Amino acid sequence: MHQMNFASPKTVSGAIKLLAEYRGKSKVLAGGTDLLVQLRMGKIQPKVIIDIKNIKEANQITIEKNGVRIGAAVSGAVVGECDHIKSNWPGVVEALELIGSTQIQGRASLGGNLCNGSPAADSVPALIANEAICRIAGPNGKRDIKVQNFVKSPGKTILKRDEMLTSIFLPNRPVKSSSAYLRLIPRTEMDIAVVGAAAFLTLDENNKCLDAVVCLGAVAPKATVVKTAKRILVGNKINNESLTSLVMACENTCDPINDARGTVAYRTKVAGVLARRAVQIAHTRILEKGNL
Amino acid sequence: MNKHHVSMSVNGDPVEILCETQQTLLDCLRDELYLTGTKEGCSTGDCGACSVTLNGRLVCSCLVLGVEANGCDIQTIEGIGSEESLHPLQKTFLEEAALQCGVCTPGFIVAAKALLDEKPDPSEEEIRYWLAGNLCRCTGYDKIIKAVIKAAKIMREENEQRTNRRA
Repeated sequence: MHQMNFASPKTVSGAIKLLAEYRGKSKVLAGGTDLLVQLRMGKIQPKVIIDIKNIKEANQITIEKNGVRIGAAVSGAVVGECDHIKSNWPGVVEALELIGSTQIQGRASLGGNLCNGSPAADSVPALIANEAICRIAGPNGKRDIKVQNFVKSPGKTILKRDEMLTSIFLPNRPVKSSSAYLRLIPRTEMDIAVVGAAAFLTLDENNKCLDAVVCLGAVAPKATVVKTAKRILVGNKINNESLTSLVMACENTCDPINDARGTVAYRTKVAGVLARRAVQIAHTRILEKGNL
Repeated sequence: MNKHHVSMSVNGDPVEILCETQQTLLDCLRDELYLTGTKEGCSTGDCGACSVTLNGRLVCSCLVLGVEANGCDIQTIEGIGSEESLHPLQKTFLEEAALQCGVCTPGFIVAAKALLDEKPDPSEEEIRYWLAGNLCRCTGYDKIIKAVIKAAKIMREENEQRTNRRA
């Protein structure tokens, strides 16, 4: 058995110092629901585990002027109990809450879901659709990058070995906007997405689309924005015609794997269907807000 | 090997142990504290047999390092009911035959209690979703769900009686 140290720094700079000291032989621990499984399977053999839950900014929710900042290690259960986040970023909360069981929700975090780099991570398409921003700390201070640019390929992120993700920022959304996330799994609960689809939508005073982002999960090496969705939806009503074009655009964006969970053809077909429904749900949520 | 000194509260009792980094909270409970009521199933967070609460939050103890529990309040199956006085969930699990081999039972009871402490009157659907992370390969779940519904009713009635007595 190899020697493995454990550290629980109280500050970001303390964590960065450890990351630098161990030169890539460390692993950052948030909720641990992926990390402990990888450790047990012998997939990783770090020299040190750096627990970031005792770092204040990595484990708290802060409502800021321009949005909400969620610490990288805040658990899904805690995020789900925050009414402010639930009502303003419903797509993010429903994506996060789909991950695992009640027990997993008690530990699993947005930061961990992102850093694990899985193409099927449920929260990532929803974060991208809501234009979320990662705050990264390193030896030279902080830098902010879009969640969209954080994952490079399955299991790989843009984090350098002496950097860590400290929080995720959700920018405030316009009043007439909402979001939704849907995924398909072979069971009703507790499984990995075969396809995930997130939609963010803003409407103008005539209920025509003013802005839209559609992002798909599990149909490419990383969560993928449907680039043509904006052009197809903006300026139009959300109706059968615009949604039919969207479905085709989604299908054309897909580059999925073939495996026991779903064939290429199946995943591609489902991506279009889920994206359509996610846009419709976001649309309904905006109209329901108008009736309040 | 580096050992970590961990102090935590387990079922209200302060405990101190030494553990290695890779020892999970489950390992610590079973192998260091000999609290073997918490069961090891899959060890990957899929089956819920090792469910405990950590600072009031339901977790899989196989997915928590022992050293992470330093300073935390842990509740295990050993803290629920006693041989002389079973918890309503333990009574109804027996009455409804909600267990056969019994390996999943401590996890189910801990998880169900966490739900009922928070939500005294959950719907059947809420109970099923809440317990989706607890696997049972014997009963087919229906009996477990029935037992939880029955226990919830008993707990509500007991609670009402207590409130009435106070008033």
